[in-house]
Amino acid sequence: MQTGLARLFMLILSRDLRLAIRHLDQVFQPLVFFLIVTTLFPLAISPVLDELRKIAPGVVWVAAMLASLIALESLYRADVEDGTMEQWVLSGQPLSILLLAKVTAHWLLTGLPLVLISPLVGTTLGMPMSVWPVLVATLALGTGSLSILGGIGAALTVGVRRGSALLALLVLPLEMPVLIFGARAVDLAMRGEAVAGPLNLLAALLFLFISLGPFAMAAAMRISVES
Amino acid sequence: MAVPSAESPQLAVRNLHLWRGEKHLLKGVSFEVRAGQLLRIMGPNGVGKTSLLRCVAGLLPVESGDIEWRGKVNGAAFDALHGELAYLAHLNALKSDLTASENLRYAVGMHRPLEPNEIEETLARLQIAHCGPLPVRALSAGQKRRVAIARVLLSKAALWILDEPITNLDTAGIRLIEQCMGEHLDSGGMILAAAHQTLLEGSARSTTLELH
Repeated sequence: MQTGLARLFMLILSRDLRLAIRHLDQVFQPLVFFLIVTTLFPLAISPVLDELRKIAPGVVWVAAMLASLIALESLYRADVEDGTMEQWVLSGQPLSILLLAKVTAHWLLTGLPLVLISPLVGTTLGMPMSVWPVLVATLALGTGSLSILGGIGAALTVGVRRGSALLALLVLPLEMPVLIFGARAVDLAMRGEAVAGPLNLLAALLFLFISLGPFAMAAAMRISVES
Repeated sequence: MAVPSAESPQLAVRNLHLWRGEKHLLKGVSFEVRAGQLLRIMGPNGVGKTSLLRCVAGLLPVESGDIEWRGKVNGAAFDALHGELAYLAHLNALKSDLTASENLRYAVGMHRPLEPNEIEETLARLQIAHCGPLPVRALSAGQKRRVAIARVLLSKAALWILDEPITNLDTAGIRLIEQCMGEHLDSGGMILAAAHQTLLEGSARSTTLELH
């Protein structure tokens, strides 16, 4: 029996959110990681705000990228290990929609909090308040792209034991365009220049990944499960 | 569901070969399953029962041979089969943090909308009504297996592929499952099961395939 794709998407989304509420520690881990990594830079380089301000966009963006990567390592693991993913592959429902729902739930739980807390982190690194909207906008667009790219990598490596290093090697090079445009937009905003260019490119990347990423995820997951 | 007919096989496997690494596991397995029939696959551990079931379900690529489902072969057969298949693996595919009812609601909800009391009725049928509101982590191995079997019953699928369905079940549980299997066959369903014990013993609808 065919069920509506939107209903299917919402079903999996609500399932994952419900599961996450019962495991809140896993939700907070990437967020705490993000906070700690960004705090290390003032300690290691200099507490002088003028010096921190120069590296702030890069620091926030690299930390966000790594936090997203750690969070994604365990994205599918539980479902593959307990046999749920096999059931999904056999369900006759489009696996791409199911996995996109999983990645969306994951972004809501780990990406969105990171976006929301970024002004605070930016302020500790000397970013002026006027940059907040641009920082939040780039991270909102960028972490979405990172989640989908990470989702493809995680689907490929889920069958590999201790695949986290492999996941980083696979995914980080692909994420570089997102990092470049994201950090560049924040940097331009801090100099008071126009940011529309890199922001548009970030949005374009996000739409590209949303439209093609789920098919890549599904294909990768089939390879991982059918073995 | 299809009207039971003894004439045409709904599921046919012809000359299936399977290699796992260097090992030639299945050497030309062939069988047919007609509507209302149960095929039990038996054989010693490691002979390839689970691999055969995974292959028929479409979880392992067919390397050599044909799998036919309602007249469609291989690729097209799996696309058609997946909408009509309930697969019970070694793993129960249950989330230990969700309750038994929630697990079933999400798993079955992917296939079809559920009636309000359907889950409770099926759990009661399997005599685990009291387990519905409990998180699966709190259930015993046999109770978890019954919840997984409840998913198969609720799926309303035409073909059940069951891998050691009665593992961890007590004698009352086994009798219940056999009853449910009998009803499934009566309504024209099909069952392909790997089991060491006989299922539906003495029934004319039950046949056995031994792997060597």
